[in-house]
Amino acid sequence: MLKCILDLNKGYTGEIEKEKHIGYLPQKSEIQANFPASIEEVVLSGTIANHPQNIFYNKEDKENAKSVMQKLGIYEMRKKCFADLSGGQQQRVLIARSLCATKKLIILDEPTNGLDPSIARQIYELLRDLKEKDNITILMVSHDIERALTYADNVIELINGEIKFVGKPQDFQFGGEKK
Amino acid sequence: MIEIMTEMLSHAFIQRAVLVGSLVSLCAALLGVSLVLKRYSMIGDGLSHVGFGILTISTVLGVTSPLYIAIPGVAIFAIILLKIDNNSRVKSDSAIALISSSALAIGVAVTSVTTGMNTDVCNFMFGSILAMSKGDVILSVIVSIVVAILFFVYYRKLFVVTFDENFAKASGLKAKRYTNIIAVLTALIIVIGMRMMGVMLISSIIIFPALTSMRVFKTYKSVVISSAIISMITFWLRNLFILCL
Repeated sequence: MLKCILDLNKGYTGEIEKEKHIGYLPQKSEIQANFPASIEEVVLSGTIANHPQNIFYNKEDKENAKSVMQKLGIYEMRKKCFADLSGGQQQRVLIARSLCATKKLIILDEPTNGLDPSIARQIYELLRDLKEKDNITILMVSHDIERALTYADNVIELINGEIKFVGKPQDFQFGGEKK
Repeated sequence: MIEIMTEMLSHAFIQRAVLVGSLVSLCAALLGVSLVLKRYSMIGDGLSHVGFGILTISTVLGVTSPLYIAIPGVAIFAIILLKIDNNSRVKSDSAIALISSSALAIGVAVTSVTTGMNTDVCNFMFGSILAMSKGDVILSVIVSIVVAILFFVYYRKLFVVTFDENFAKASGLKAKRYTNIIAVLTALIIVIGMRMMGVMLISSIIIFPALTSMRVFKTYKSVVISSAIISMITFWLRNLFILCL
């Protein structure tokens, strides 16, 4: 479903009305494991969609990236190498990048995969703050059902590509059965 | 030694060789960063074998300037090879091995059927920077300048596409287009560089600078700059070494 919204998958049926600027946070790719890139470069790269024709990043984009990095508490270590960070910090950097790409909607694909529970909670809380303070819609795919239910406003359950449930988290029943 | 050096540099054909050599090394190193990061270190080797196949065939057919046929031919194979990602049934490393050995086999078969082109074959295999004709030199200089300019213009986009292709696509960039640009630029540099380095050694000017810089530097910009510098230093060291022999 995410891939359809993001235009990554062309094989869908039906119409999608789509916003131009979406911040997307994909699942981890193995290329990034030893990619030499500083946090600053990664976050700045999020602004590329604003002025794709320019050769350099302009001032406005740089300011934007700076304020986003300050907000997420990664500005101090902006010169560090992305690959040397811990999983939680990397996720923070990628969230910062997606914030640079959008003011409205962030889409996350399993953002807490492979993170330990306390770091995962930090990420969820960070996302909740973004939602409440900056009015950003957050759309997230997760297998971490328990925790997703605590933080989500609306839940859609998909089983084998079919929608099984749409509604509020408190009404959600596990696989159609009572919990 | 400096005297010998200045004397050597006063010859026009050596000046040409040095000019082409440094430009091609520079471009190869720049592209090398993207290729190594995309896990395509072997593509240089693979494409140069394809180039060898095409060059021998066109030489046998009596084409006067085989470079003009080799460049588009290799470009097509470069695009095919970069299209193969990890989701396809044949993995990219096997695809490169497959194409390069087949092309080499075809090249060798063609040369052994026809006789009397052994020096040419040797030139293709091991390269000879001094044997380049004036036309080749002009073509090489133009191509490498174009490659360097395009790399500079697309620098930001190449970074995004290399670092995270899915994010690039979600931001509305035509990721496929930039992958194709990398492929075509690589093909250009490999065909040009083959005249200089030869089929067997062309990979060295593509991957060594990038790999060395990646060990030392940790940001993308510094890696790109240092690969460019390393490629220049090694090119001149190579010249000195040859001179001393």
